Amino acid sequence: MDDLIVKTITRIIIPFIQVYGIYIVLHGHISPGGGFSGGAILGASLILYTLAFGYKDAAKKMPHHVGAILESGAILWFLALGLIGIFAGGNFLTNRDAGFYMGNLSMLFNAGLIPLVTLGIGAKVASTMITLFHTIIEED
Amino acid sequence: MKKILAIVVLTGLLILLLSSFLEMPVLGSIENPSYNDTTHYYLDNAVEDTNAPNVIAAIITDYRAFDTVGETVVLFTAIAAAASVLRVLHDDSNKEKVKH
Repeated sequence: MDDLIVKTITRIIIPFIQVYGIYIVLHGHISPGGGFSGGAILGASLILYTLAFGYKDAAKKMPHHVGAILESGAILWFLALGLIGIFAGGNFLTNRDAGFYMGNLSMLFNAGLIPLVTLGIGAKVASTMITLFHTIIEED
Repeated sequence: MKKILAIVVLTGLLILLLSSFLEMPVLGSIENPSYNDTTHYYLDNAVEDTNAPNVIAAIITDYRAFDTVGETVVLFTAIAAAASVLRVLHDDSNKEKVKH
């Protein structure tokens, strides 16, 4: 697709979509939202980029090896956070007893495990969406 | 004959589903079986336990975090299966292997 209007609008609107997605992910433990919905918004912005600029440009911005690193890294990050609970003497994915930083109520970085897990899920969902889309549309 | 049989079977199924649907508790009623001790515990203690104002996030990433690990593994398995089926030929070294 080679359309000036679509490209210009996409270039203007993508930063707003991504800022909103990051906001949803980071505020997952305060306001409605969380890793799955915020990651879906981030992935949708990258899909919009692919649709407007074509696969070749999008593959430069988001190559497959970055997607692979995000995929495996996010799930390993999640499991490592769970294992911290075991090494601290509790169950898998212990939150308060494992010594995570609790902070004050409704600040951005409090609630220990929850924002960290949400961050991992957000990266995972975004990279899953964009990797699946690129894998399906790329032609030999 | 087949049509009549299908209609009879589907009507029976409709009556069965409707009768069980009428027995269901009203949505949001305080008498619901799902409104039990677990719900009370979450509503009373979630903010103290996790320090997160969003109780839903506290449930899905703290109390039921192992379930969320499962969901993430499902995502990972889906992407691994799709990539292994669709992306074999895109790596040059694999292309050689397939040809020979």
